[in-house]
Amino acid sequence: MISEKEVTRVAHLARLSLTEDEAKALALQLSSVLKNFDQVSKVDTQGVEPLVTPTEIEQFWRNDAAEVWESVESAMQNAPEAVGNLFKVPPVVG
Amino acid sequence: MNILTSSLKEIRDAVRNRSVSARAVTEAYFGQIEKWNGKLNAYITLNERAVDQAAEIDRRLAKNEDPGALAGVPIAIKDMLCTKGLRTTAGSRILENFIPPFSATVVERLERAGSINPGKTNQDEFAMGSSSETSAFGIGRNPWNLDYVPGGSSGGSAAAVAAGMASASIGTDTGGSIRQPASFCGVVGIKPTYGRVSRYGIVAFASSLDQAGPMTRTVEDAALVLEAISGHDKLDGTTASNPVPKWSEQIRHDLKGIKVGLPKEYFSDTLQDEIRDSVDRAIASVKSAGAEIVEISLPLTEMAVPIYYLIATSEASSNLARYDGVRYGHRADFSRHAAEDLAEFYSRTRGEGFGPEVKRRIILGTYALSSGYYDAYYKKACQVRRLLRDQFQQAFQQCQLIMSPVTASPAFKIGARISDPLQMYLNDIYTTSANLVGIPGMSVPAGFTNDGLPIGVQLLADHFQEQHLFNAGAVIEKDLALKELPNVLQ
Amino acid sequence: MSYNDWEPVIGLEIHAQLSTQSKMFSPDANQYGDGDNVNVHPVSLGMPGALPVINRKAVELSVRMGLALNCKIRKRSVFARKNYFYPDLPKGYQISQFDEPLCENGFVDYFLEGEIRRVGITRAHMEEDAGKSQHQGEYTLINLNRAGVPLLEIVSEPDIRSPAEAAEYARTVRRILRYLGVCDGNLEEGSLRCDCNVSVRKKGEPKFGTKVELKNINSFRFVEKAIEYEIHRQIDSLESGEKILQETRLYDPAKNRTFAMRSKEEAHDYRYFPDPDILPVRLDDQQIEKIKGELPELPLARAQRFQTEFQLPAYDSFVLTTERALADYFESVARQAQNPKAASNWVMTDLLRELNEARLDIEKSPISSEDLGNLVRMIDSKEISGKMAKDVFMEMWKTSKSPADIVKNLGMSQITDVGAIEKIVDDVMSASAAAVADYRGGKVKLFGFFVGQVMKASKGQANPEMVNQILTSKLKG
Repeated sequence: MISEKEVTRVAHLARLSLTEDEAKALALQLSSVLKNFDQVSKVDTQGVEPLVTPTEIEQFWRNDAAEVWESVESAMQNAPEAVGNLFKVPPVVG
Repeated sequence: MNILTSSLKEIRDAVRNRSVSARAVTEAYFGQIEKWNGKLNAYITLNERAVDQAAEIDRRLAKNEDPGALAGVPIAIKDMLCTKGLRTTAGSRILENFIPPFSATVVERLERAGSINPGKTNQDEFAMGSSSETSAFGIGRNPWNLDYVPGGSSGGSAAAVAAGMASASIGTDTGGSIRQPASFCGVVGIKPTYGRVSRYGIVAFASSLDQAGPMTRTVEDAALVLEAISGHDKLDGTTASNPVPKWSEQIRHDLKGIKVGLPKEYFSDTLQDEIRDSVDRAIASVKSAGAEIVEISLPLTEMAVPIYYLIATSEASSNLARYDGVRYGHRADFSRHAAEDLAEFYSRTRGEGFGPEVKRRIILGTYALSSGYYDAYYKKACQVRRLLRDQFQQAFQQCQLIMSPVTASPAFKIGARISDPLQMYLNDIYTTSANLVGIPGMSVPAGFTNDGLPIGVQLLADHFQEQHLFNAGAVIEKDLALKELPNVLQ
Repeated sequence: MSYNDWEPVIGLEIHAQLSTQSKMFSPDANQYGDGDNVNVHPVSLGMPGALPVINRKAVELSVRMGLALNCKIRKRSVFARKNYFYPDLPKGYQISQFDEPLCENGFVDYFLEGEIRRVGITRAHMEEDAGKSQHQGEYTLINLNRAGVPLLEIVSEPDIRSPAEAAEYARTVRRILRYLGVCDGNLEEGSLRCDCNVSVRKKGEPKFGTKVELKNINSFRFVEKAIEYEIHRQIDSLESGEKILQETRLYDPAKNRTFAMRSKEEAHDYRYFPDPDILPVRLDDQQIEKIKGELPELPLARAQRFQTEFQLPAYDSFVLTTERALADYFESVARQAQNPKAASNWVMTDLLRELNEARLDIEKSPISSEDLGNLVRMIDSKEISGKMAKDVFMEMWKTSKSPADIVKNLGMSQITDVGAIEKIVDDVMSASAAAVADYRGGKVKLFGFFVGQVMKASKGQANPEMVNQILTSKLKG
């Protein structure tokens, strides 16, 4: 159903490093999961609008007013690496 | 009164009339935590400021200031909810050292109501699991029998309440994560209507399914806590503007004129006898309070688990993309060999930070959204989701309440199921529909297994009709409340 | 330019930052150039549990622009997540619109080489901006002040057939954005960004060639030059038998050429899906009609009205309507002066010249439109001469005083009193008796000499026509 190669491709899309053993195990597990899940294909959904938010909720929009957030410093303290108030990452190409 | 076994309301009243200080309450609970947390692993992080906060409530009471509707009550917080200045991990290594610079709206509302946060409770990593075994901070255990799981993902929240380590707690429920551990630990748990409780500041698992809710010792306590945390939040555009009723003041122990539906698809042969018996006891209870029992049908029930997992993992794969080691959280160590490119920077960071169940679900969700599979998996699931909602809407034309088991089998032994993901997923058959459809659901204790493990029954009502849950829950509670305490409280 | 038997096919994607106070989904300030990571918030930092909430103003501005682009406004449009990893994209996805955008199927008319031309608008959708990466060689620094700034992406049909058309279309869109107050249109600061899709095909060929996307273009002049270069590059490649690669190229203005981005291109799979944190944007007819009712007259319509209502030449009309404030200013001058043509001349030549020299916007003009209108009136009523008016204008520019005050204070008003002029003429004639005799003897060329003497004696204030008339009759004797 889902091959090890496919798992590796998807893991790259999701930016997850996997060992070969992990990829192998995942391919097996997810194949059995997807095999079971394939039963949804039997449901006739012709013309059915997909449902995202299940409850009727009144639309709410913010008014456009700028606010200063006081906790930038404590947010920055969580940074794995920073230079001043900027986040630091390995060099980005392009 | 025994502070550790009293209801939240009793403690609140005692604190308010100053027959006990909030400080004494908090210290009593911390005593129990110190005694048992090493075994139960219900808390990941304790709040060192809790006693000071309790003392502040006492000061306000001394000055005759209103200390709030939940004054001095210790309410534990699942580690999915951001607490400003207090480590929040979501049970994951990737957030091992994360100190939120802000609090979830639910946490702020509880603080405003005067409750005390003893600490952050253990859970499955990113709420992905049904046993509290996927936590990066050690497995949680069931206070009724330490060899058994407390359920999950809100296992720590359930165990803390059951074991006298919190008067109540907050859990989150994406596919049953409040109701199932409530059932396993013998406490009341409610997943509110989608949109009732703000999700702001709650680590997102699946945005269209997640709701936070209370886990308590009594039905009335659940109503009191839910009143405090519900209502529109301008920081969450998916909260409803519907007014929040005073459920706790309107609980009726009379179910005359109420029809309770039993979906035939929920009572298959695989249902264990002990579970069947507990539901029968609850049926007898609501009947004696005047409710009429009707059989209903929800033919799409068998689709609930597949569409739940397709939607939940799709949303999760995107929600968890922010854990990238750039702004906060774990970053792989690149000091010894540098990342060759950005992709490797991310992959190593995330590969190290996430546990196996989270990786499994990210892969599944990424696959379900990816080019060529979107229509067959994610979109199809959303379409079936609408059909399922339609079926529930039709069912609620025939009844005001639906009653069912919470799970097909009671709490299981640690390690018994963790190796077979599909079997683990299929256990969520009775709980996932409420999240998919957005309706409120409650688990209320209804007896024990032969081995002495609690069993709950599930009540479901239509959107925003939580009052029905509290009414029927109170009836069942009156008849079936657990008469024993777990060993940890004896 | 001619491309022999090749035809370029061009479409533009214009990203406009919306002029809001706060960001698209969070209350931190939408402001350029503040300190590092100052305008941030849990939402724009992509903190766990942070949720987006739609900025009402951003939706209204987008609808306003959509209507001005003659688009159909969707009553229900959907925000979707575009998933990809990049350090300046805090959530690992960009909130954008995908298959249900806010605005669709519009068009823009613009004026080029004496005629009105039209470009189709495929769609205009709302999205959030990413942060900025500052590349330092050994490492990269991430600033998220820009993350979450509201954008409107305006996508044209591939209707454009020349670099000049592309540039004028882009200028027109910018002009409309500024007219509506939707975007300040500053290309250098990046509040307006323009990506160009360029391909070429043999004339008559119905199919499109492989398109190349040009990015990093920060002026309309460069839009024109970059496309021009790219067209020739593609024609040269095709004529020498090479294939065009579908790729993104950057324009280097210093070398006037485009070059391929050297990033490792991999097949993108953005996994778009509706953002479950944001309810669909619902608009009813009433809301849309209200915004429509508030739309100002757009630049092209206004230029056409100036031609019919004020009989201005086409060129003047377009110059005067490039900016809403300038057109407003001109209309105010014209109304005050009751002389649109003269008003147009003063604004277009004198005022714009001074403004340009001083690098001032029309809003900062030291001369009010009312005063400039009054100056025109004083000329028309012969209170001052055209020549004097130039001096009065400069004095107005320097002091911001009204023309009446300046004329009074400097004693500059024109002498139109017959007796007073006759007296000056008499004085000049008696002081130059010899010249008078010569004139009467036939040296009529001396007339100019007398005019000069009279104007000099009157400090230039005597009404020239009256001086002519009186001199003519008196010199006859």
